[in-house]
Amino acid sequence: MAVSARHVAARRLGNVVFVAFCALVTFIALAALALILYSLIVQGLGGLNLNIFTKSTPAAGTPGGLINAIVGSILMCVLGMIIAVTMGILGGTWLAEYAGESRYGTIIRFLNDVLLSAPSILIGLFVYEILVFPHIQVRLFGHDIKIEPFGHFSGLAGGVALALLAAPVIVRTTEDVLKLQPIALRESGVALGAPVWHVIRTILWRGSASGILTGALLAFARISGETAPLLFTALNNQFFSWDMTHAMASLPVVIFQDALTPYPDLNRLAWAGALIIAASVLAVTIIARAFSQEPRRS
Amino acid sequence: MSTAVNATPTARRTTPRGFALEPVFEGLCFAAATALLAALGGVLVSLAIGGWPALSRFGLSFVTGVTWDPNPDHETYGAAGPIVGTLITSAAALIMALPVAGGVAFFLVELCPTILRRPIGTAVELLAGIPSIVYGMWGLFVFAPFFATHVETPLMTWAPPGSIWETLFSGIPNGSGMLAASIILAIMILPFMAATLRELLNTVPTQVRESAYGLGATTAEVVLKVTLPYIRRGAIGAVMLGLGRALGETMAVTFIIGNSHAFPKGLFDSGSTIASTIANEFNEAGPLQSSALIALGLVLFVITFTVLALARLLLRSQVRA
Amino acid sequence: MTMTAELPEVSIAEVDKSKVKIDVRSLDFYYGRSHALKDVTIPFEANAVTALIGPSGCGKSTLLRSLNRMYALYPGQKATGKIMLDGEDILRSGVNLSMLRAKIGMVFQKPTPFPMSIFDNVAFGVRLYETLGRAQLAERVEESLHRAALWDEVKDKLQTSGLGLSGGQQQRLCVARCIAVKPEVLLLDEPTSALDPISSAKLEETVTQLKNDYTIIIVTHNLGQAARLSKYTGFMYLGELVEFGQTAEMFTKPVTTRASDYITGRFG
Repeated sequence: MAVSARHVAARRLGNVVFVAFCALVTFIALAALALILYSLIVQGLGGLNLNIFTKSTPAAGTPGGLINAIVGSILMCVLGMIIAVTMGILGGTWLAEYAGESRYGTIIRFLNDVLLSAPSILIGLFVYEILVFPHIQVRLFGHDIKIEPFGHFSGLAGGVALALLAAPVIVRTTEDVLKLQPIALRESGVALGAPVWHVIRTILWRGSASGILTGALLAFARISGETAPLLFTALNNQFFSWDMTHAMASLPVVIFQDALTPYPDLNRLAWAGALIIAASVLAVTIIARAFSQEPRRS
Repeated sequence: MSTAVNATPTARRTTPRGFALEPVFEGLCFAAATALLAALGGVLVSLAIGGWPALSRFGLSFVTGVTWDPNPDHETYGAAGPIVGTLITSAAALIMALPVAGGVAFFLVELCPTILRRPIGTAVELLAGIPSIVYGMWGLFVFAPFFATHVETPLMTWAPPGSIWETLFSGIPNGSGMLAASIILAIMILPFMAATLRELLNTVPTQVRESAYGLGATTAEVVLKVTLPYIRRGAIGAVMLGLGRALGETMAVTFIIGNSHAFPKGLFDSGSTIASTIANEFNEAGPLQSSALIALGLVLFVITFTVLALARLLLRSQVRA
Repeated sequence: MTMTAELPEVSIAEVDKSKVKIDVRSLDFYYGRSHALKDVTIPFEANAVTALIGPSGCGKSTLLRSLNRMYALYPGQKATGKIMLDGEDILRSGVNLSMLRAKIGMVFQKPTPFPMSIFDNVAFGVRLYETLGRAQLAERVEESLHRAALWDEVKDKLQTSGLGLSGGQQQRLCVARCIAVKPEVLLLDEPTSALDPISSAKLEETVTQLKNDYTIIIVTHNLGQAARLSKYTGFMYLGELVEFGQTAEMFTKPVTTRASDYITGRFG
């Protein structure tokens, strides 16, 4: 063999360097994760107490909690999910079952992917423009008429913004999961004379249920941590409120504002909030993964 | 028995149950899909309309001007600072994150002992799920002080006066600034990119890898010369996707970038990004400033749309990431 | 000078017109630009089994799927010509496709149980068209499962999922599901190719028991199966019907060169 020993040694060395590099960076990445989680847990637990769940957000120096923010977040996320799941499942179904190879379908799929990764702050601006800010002023018959859908910040607007962030995820997972179903299954239903939508509803959706659920849970995990889109839609609310037609508190926004203040007690509150969000996102993600591992009964 | 078997049963419908609703259902699905198109279009249109007053007032100087002054006596908005800040931090974050993400992905696919594969893989995915505001807080309260004491101050004191190092390391050593923000941003996009690259690597057929090993190639060679070229297009797409996310990231950056609209001159200088500017100023903004901020949003939209569109075109052909 | 006489290219035997259930006349089929079926004319006798054989890609599945207009699901696929079912052309526009498919049942190559209980699987088609009381529905399900030779194996677990059955049982479940709507024609597209030999045999037995009551058309790659089950066989090649006749005669004395080559295994 005309392979020089030096050449082989060089290749071996290159390999060792490469392997060492990969192992090292993986260790660094895991270390970063550990550090972040460590800070989060230590600081968060330090700020955690019963008040968190019983009192609303305080001004500096007074005791308080996060219950208004927690409730607000839950309400807006649920609203967002209701809208997103409806739009997402129907849209994903259209892409999988009705769009075929059409040009329009390709365009929608493409734009959906772009929307999926679009900066959430721009979505917030958009919802602000259409639901918070706009007022139409017309001059009719010598009178000024002003139409203001809301004219102010609202939990509803916040929910809509979150829906726009969650919907593309659900469209994507729904389409992917429906396309995994064998074509013969669909044809079997049609061959019995069932209308296509009946086949979709009773056979295809049922067969893809766990996949769709996983997608929904992952979308929920994603929007529960989003801050930027809520900044201009729901804003914030110092007090406890169920009223979604007006400004509403949310955990991420409260964390954002409290963290930037120079008051340590508010900072502690922010950490506690961060821990709560991270813990719930983690929990939902783990549940979602567990769902997708469920073995098929066969 | 044979005659009774296919006798048409009594009370049989001529159309199956639900027949009439078929077009309704299809219409609903179509409407939902079109709503997405409308939403994206709506974003673009609303940004353009909202930003028009500022854009028409300042013209090209909006993008090139460096002065961002909300003072009503001499309001002027030049967005070069935030725009450059966005581009620099994202690019820097990408440069720092890419090798690490690649290393993690290669490790998981080729080098990792099987028992560790699942837990480490899950750990990476969990990292990807942590909301950006957590990264922001960690950056502000934990990373920044550390960075200030152990990196910024030593480097600044070391830099010989008048040298290029002094300019490079100029700024206020408080732990915030362009470099710090880039690092936090890098940590943020890292898990996502690692997960995407790993999925891509898993699409390479085992036979391809095994034949390379069979020829006597080392692991490094298999990875760098066989699997990487195999997924080249998708890998570039994944990189661009990471870039797209970095460009639009708000929370991780706002806490730690220092929020100054001036042009940053050194690594430790304060700066701003488009997203951080909008997040910080929008709610207190007067009408012209609001319009300027929305115009900023439009600029961000154009940049990210281009990057994301390119990314999708490249990625779709290789894997459903 | 060769001893063998020149064999004809194409040979279509005659079938008694009064016994024909489905009469296919000059059927052409297109997948987009691709011309998949070329001027196919073939009769299917009522209450008998007709087998369609031929190498891969010859168009036998395409022909089968034209009979219940399954291709209507896909734009870009089209059929021209006439398919007469009981004297009515089903290819013309304005045909009630759902009713057509209620009359013609189809079983696919891979078993396709629906993700629901065995009972609901069989009842699926029935519920679409009829409103039966609980007792009547249960009776219909039981009857169908009997005829599909599956009743004894599942009678105690009707509420369990259809997905939990073995491959062969799933395929018989699909047959039961088809029968439950009381069709007149059964289309079987390589129904045993995904099954093990024992399940295949059981399914063939089922087909044998059904053949007196339904017009059955079966596409198969298995020449032995065609010989065992069918009264008539059509041999197709590259989109054309090359030879059609009584199975017994075709398999012992094929008339055309191509059929003869295929049946003797010269090509497959």
